[in-house]
Amino acid sequence: MKTRINLYASLFALSVLTGCSSSAIYDSEPTTTEIDNAGVKTAEVESADIEVVPVVADTATVFYFDFDKALLTNESKADLLEHAVILAGNSRSVRLEGHADERGTREYNMALGERRATSVKEFLVMQGVSGDRIEVISFGEERAAAYGSDDEAWRLNRRVELK
Amino acid sequence: MTLFKQFSILLMALLIGNNAYSELVIRVTEGNDKPTVIALSPFDLNGLKMNDNIADIVASDLRRSGLFKLIPQEDMLAFPSTPTDVYFRDWRLLGAEYLVVGSMSVLTDGRYELEFSLLSINSQKIQFTHKVRSSATKIRDLAHSVSDKIYQSITGIRGAFSTRLAYVSVIREGDDFTYRLKVADADGARENLMLESKQPIMSPSWSPDGKELAYVSFETGRPAIFRQNLATASRQQLTNFKGLNGAPSWSPNGENLALVLSKDGNPELYNLELDSGKLTRLTRHFAIDTEPAWMPDGKHILFTSDRGGTPQIYKLKLADRSVERITFQGNYNARASIAPDGRTMAMVHRSSKVFHIAALDLNTRRLIELTETTLDESPSVAPNGAMLMYATKYKDRGILAAVSVDAGVKYNLPAKLGDVREPAWSPFLR
Repeated sequence: MKTRINLYASLFALSVLTGCSSSAIYDSEPTTTEIDNAGVKTAEVESADIEVVPVVADTATVFYFDFDKALLTNESKADLLEHAVILAGNSRSVRLEGHADERGTREYNMALGERRATSVKEFLVMQGVSGDRIEVISFGEERAAAYGSDDEAWRLNRRVELK
Repeated sequence: MTLFKQFSILLMALLIGNNAYSELVIRVTEGNDKPTVIALSPFDLNGLKMNDNIADIVASDLRRSGLFKLIPQEDMLAFPSTPTDVYFRDWRLLGAEYLVVGSMSVLTDGRYELEFSLLSINSQKIQFTHKVRSSATKIRDLAHSVSDKIYQSITGIRGAFSTRLAYVSVIREGDDFTYRLKVADADGARENLMLESKQPIMSPSWSPDGKELAYVSFETGRPAIFRQNLATASRQQLTNFKGLNGAPSWSPNGENLALVLSKDGNPELYNLELDSGKLTRLTRHFAIDTEPAWMPDGKHILFTSDRGGTPQIYKLKLADRSVERITFQGNYNARASIAPDGRTMAMVHRSSKVFHIAALDLNTRRLIELTETTLDESPSVAPNGAMLMYATKYKDRGILAAVSVDAGVKYNLPAKLGDVREPAWSPFLR
């Protein structure tokens, strides 16, 4: 932004206004402000085409968490064990997308989403899946799965999606 | 100053309503209980035609501050445009404490000049006379400059009407998202698009000269930090690390960017020297460390960490990297925004279940909850320290709202379309 306003005192004395009992008196010279304000231009995004191949499996690919927590539930662990078996039989890479509900601050939720995705990754690695095949990315609260500001929507949004 | 909260919807400031360029509409919901009564005599335009009504813009600015009550034009007995035409008695009868008069003229180079005076009715004196000049297309800037001058003369606080807001707007259609980074005047008018993307845009942070923004964009498929010049739209990707690349915060001298990276395993604060590209790790802890905010002294950085079990605000001393916990009240304190005096810290605060914006006085440790809405986030203190802007939800939509740091004055800027979030109040722009 280019707002440039130069202040300088005017060089001429102002004629002093007197003679009228009800009017005011200048007791200083007026100052001057110069305004030059440039606009704003729009940049272009060259978006990468993000192609994610869906995981073909009967096993759940979404894992849910408690508020401000990244602990895996027993149900999630059972499902992840099945994924570990499937992944042992192929060579594909997976992407773990971590999410948070809308409560709390956006950057903290980015960190929380990553912590959740990392906890899924660590579980898979413990089951023998190579960490190199797993990418972790957090979307924080930017990509809700459910809308609304209630417990059910929040529960569905505190998640990691395996893709 | 004693303030009490008046019942909602006192005033509707209409300045944006008829502006086709803007999608934000301002609604003043609470005001000061003892506003200064001021009269704006319509400026003598000397027959000049202008798209923007200067007096309306000034009136809206003053009204939005919550500190002024304006005398309606229909009550005025005369419309003086110079101090010589003013009969103080008339204005005293109306209860006015101050009067603004002025007249517009065209300079030989085609620019406009407004000469205006602020008069104190009680002391029958001219507080000041000032000339402000602009091209015909910058009448709004001229008007905000008039508001700044009046506000400062009466309150002793520098006016912030000539500043800007950056924010993110999001429109969702099914599974399709459009994220936009926008910049508008502090009153929501003259909205400009800086960047549009199908992938998330987050965390705008102003450079201290007000010429650039740093922000997070997912356009590469992953979060990355960019800087972008407002006037030229030239942009540069600053980071591309594995994991988080987030929460940029421009240092007061403009030379450094504090930011968050998780490339070493978990989120840590780093300092990026913008000229050299040198990256220095600032924190070392297995907990989440995020949301850095420079103190005005440039020697300390406030940040959010859950190293104590819940998210709280800590202060990092750059000289020796020592860390001190700042917040103790409440089970969630995050996203600090510090006033220019280095003393009033705004933050997201939760004491039981609801997230509010609170202000903590770092000297007295007094904490005030400033907002009564829920899901409040992203506080950003104005450069004069008088107000702060934040994001909240209203009827399931993200809106921006403002509150004074003593909670006495409030107004909303709901968007006409979609959600708006993450307001960042610019520094002074001159």
